[in-house]
Amino acid sequence: MELLGFGDLLLSGAWITVKLALTSLVFGLIFGLLGAAGKLSRFWPARALATFYTTLIRGIPELLLVLIIYFGGSAILMAIAEQFGYTDYIEISAFAAGVAALSIAFGAYSTEVFRGAIQAIPKGQWESAQALGMTPLKTFFRIILPQVWRLALPGLGNLFQVLLKDTALVSVVGLNDLMRQADVATASTKQPFTFYMTAALIYLALTVLATAMTTWMERRADPAARRADA
Amino acid sequence: MNWDWSVIVEYYPRLLDGVWLTLELVFFSGLLGLMLAVPLALMRASHNRWLRMLPFSYIFFFRGTPLLVQIFLIYYGASQFEWIRESSLWPILREPYWCAIIAFTLNTAAYSAELIRGAIQSIPKGELEAADAFGMSRALKIRRIVLPRAFGTVLPAYGNELILMLKSSSLASTITLLDITGAARAVIARTYTPLEIFAAAGVLYLIIAAIMIGAFRLLELRLNRHQHYKMPAEVTAVDPRLKD
Repeated sequence: MELLGFGDLLLSGAWITVKLALTSLVFGLIFGLLGAAGKLSRFWPARALATFYTTLIRGIPELLLVLIIYFGGSAILMAIAEQFGYTDYIEISAFAAGVAALSIAFGAYSTEVFRGAIQAIPKGQWESAQALGMTPLKTFFRIILPQVWRLALPGLGNLFQVLLKDTALVSVVGLNDLMRQADVATASTKQPFTFYMTAALIYLALTVLATAMTTWMERRADPAARRADA
Repeated sequence: MNWDWSVIVEYYPRLLDGVWLTLELVFFSGLLGLMLAVPLALMRASHNRWLRMLPFSYIFFFRGTPLLVQIFLIYYGASQFEWIRESSLWPILREPYWCAIIAFTLNTAAYSAELIRGAIQSIPKGELEAADAFGMSRALKIRRIVLPRAFGTVLPAYGNELILMLKSSSLASTITLLDITGAARAVIARTYTPLEIFAAAGVLYLIIAAIMIGAFRLLELRLNRHQHYKMPAEVTAVDPRLKD
């Protein structure tokens, strides 16, 4: 089945889906780490801000977030630019809006994953690093973060699955991702089932691939498990 | 940028209509999904290998693909086939409302089945053996021991699943339904005040989610009350070790 000549189109959409998911993953991990740092901070405004962020974002639908950023984002950006004397129209691309929405959502959920992983590391390690004269920042990057990675991976893997599936939402604001290209193919062939099913199977393949990758990374990150069955 | 409170006030009734539709969608698909999930979970936890494999592909498909694709497959996809359009099911599959309910039900059933399976498998073996020792039939054991125990365990996770479903219900707006998100989009198409109206819609979702979280806390306290049981003071006065 060469999909009535629409196979290439779907594949190009799948490529955009993958790019969107990976870009949002990178920014989402940064937001998650910042959120966890805020939640564990000794400075109460930082804790309050981080709690506000996670509660707010986890309580509203991802689709609504995509719509707010795509349609509302340019209004906000223009208002900011106006303060600097720039008065032209600013438009946000669907891809940028998608990255922003998905990484903000991923960040809110991964904040909790990172927080749990950081708290799971014995306090004595912070204390011994301090005894060796490391600054808190250095301790975090040299001692804590490498271990957090191993503890957080299973949770992050699940969140990445969610992120991958949520990329379909960005098609609603016109990004030419896999879902949108399935719409396009459907519109000209009048065969919705064929194309949405093909899209579904491609998404399924992507999630299976993502699961395999996370399992592999989990094994890589855990030397004990690797040695056990070597 | 001018923040315009008056559009929120003016169009609030429209958004509130959307709240009802959102709640309806979540309630009906949650209920139907649970009814579907329980037998699936029992099959997944079965000792028979074939019975266990049967729901696997269904669960695998619905958990591995985006909900948006599933909704479109049902709403638009069904019309591709002549025999569906001529069948007696067509009046249902033609309606976006029922398609949304079907898609949400199938989707949440797949996720909840796995949650319930985990809960069933975490029941201490001794309790099941005790039921056997009492001579309970398999059906009675499932009804009196397995399901009540599993519901207590699964409740916090199921509460999360329902919140996720509340959020997913916003996808109904993509097939023309006027749920909270749909109503907000309809209002914005007329007023072009996206920030105000979407923010108002977001607040509505937050309120509903907060109420759901509170309700599940109460239900959890009730169903798992054996975990919060406090020994009466007369008993702990005699033996302080019984306090916990």
